[in-house]
Amino acid sequence: MTAPADRIKAKHQRLVLVIIALVALVGAGLLAAWALRSQASYFYVPEQFVSEPPEPGRAVRLGGMVEEGSIRTMPDGVTIAFVVGDGKARVPVRFSGILPDLFVEGSGVVAEGRLGGDGTFVADNLLAKHDENYVPRELQEMTEHQRRDLVAEAEDGA
Amino acid sequence: MHGFANPKRFLSLVRWLTPTMLASGLVLAAVALAWGLWFVPPDRLMGETVRILFLHVPAAWLGMGGWAAIAVASAAFLVWRHPLAALAARAAAVPGMVFTAVCLATGSIWGRPTWGTWWVWDGRLTSMLVLLFLYFGYLALAQAVAREGGSSRIPAIFGLVGAINIPIINRSVVWWNSLHQPPSITVGKSAIDPQFLAPLLVAVLGFSLVFGGVVLARMRALLGDIQADARLRRKAGEAA
Repeated sequence: MTAPADRIKAKHQRLVLVIIALVALVGAGLLAAWALRSQASYFYVPEQFVSEPPEPGRAVRLGGMVEEGSIRTMPDGVTIAFVVGDGKARVPVRFSGILPDLFVEGSGVVAEGRLGGDGTFVADNLLAKHDENYVPRELQEMTEHQRRDLVAEAEDGA
Repeated sequence: MHGFANPKRFLSLVRWLTPTMLASGLVLAAVALAWGLWFVPPDRLMGETVRILFLHVPAAWLGMGGWAAIAVASAAFLVWRHPLAALAARAAAVPGMVFTAVCLATGSIWGRPTWGTWWVWDGRLTSMLVLLFLYFGYLALAQAVAREGGSSRIPAIFGLVGAINIPIINRSVVWWNSLHQPPSITVGKSAIDPQFLAPLLVAVLGFSLVFGGVVLARMRALLGDIQADARLRRKAGEAA
């Protein structure tokens, strides 16, 4: 039978060991994630695309915002052209195929494809990116001020 | 706190706490899902598919919360060696795994109409899939130790090491460009309209209560198993 003081000491020892192990573990995980920071990204942003363009023909993904007013339908009726930007650089994109529901101007997009010889990105698949905002349809056109008024009105009426 | 580590006192506590948590959780979850499915307006971009939010987010929260519970219970077991802590970790694994699977399934169903794809290998989706595989591994290990006999410290260490994936899942959309959007709810701030946020919070609370109730019920069942085993062994000893 061990004395109670020894048992408490053993407990403290284990607590310290577990804490040290946890700190080492979190450190290792953070280091691994940090090392992966560029490789684990799902797409390139336009700024990276312009400063270090991938070789033409290599399969890559380009992600950014569809510029307002940039979507044009080509004469063949199925090909569309638009510009993907991130506020620092702009890349023209061409795509023919079915568009996802969320593909609209001013919204995020990830284009899978390759850089063409003329500097246009030729996409063979488009993925729409949703942003973190969830807004009901009837409130989307209103400004923040109008919305506050409406909510206040509704609360007065209730 | 140590008082509840006594199995007898624990059992008398769970006898009323389990049904209370399960019943209130199921009612709240049902109310939140009905609210989200029928009474919430469609989203400006996604339309009706926004309703998946009310199942997807609680499932994601509890899938990650389940492993956090495993990690905390495992650390407590490693330090204080109390068998109830090991049972709590084992009991949290199955519901955690189920919620992780629900999160992945609803996310995939949601991704098809909104993003235009069922699955992509981006940081968030991949790290969540890794969490599901960690649950498989943990359950296999914990059951093997329970059946074959072996130190409960082995699954506890696995549970603690696997916890490193939780902050990675959480930060994946911030560290790396991903198709999944960045977090909508951060400390003290929400990018979700109150009309969506209210049923979402009720759903998270409801499913969390269900989760807690299931964990307590499973702990009670595991404890019963162990006691029945011990009694059988004692009887066999007397007969011999």
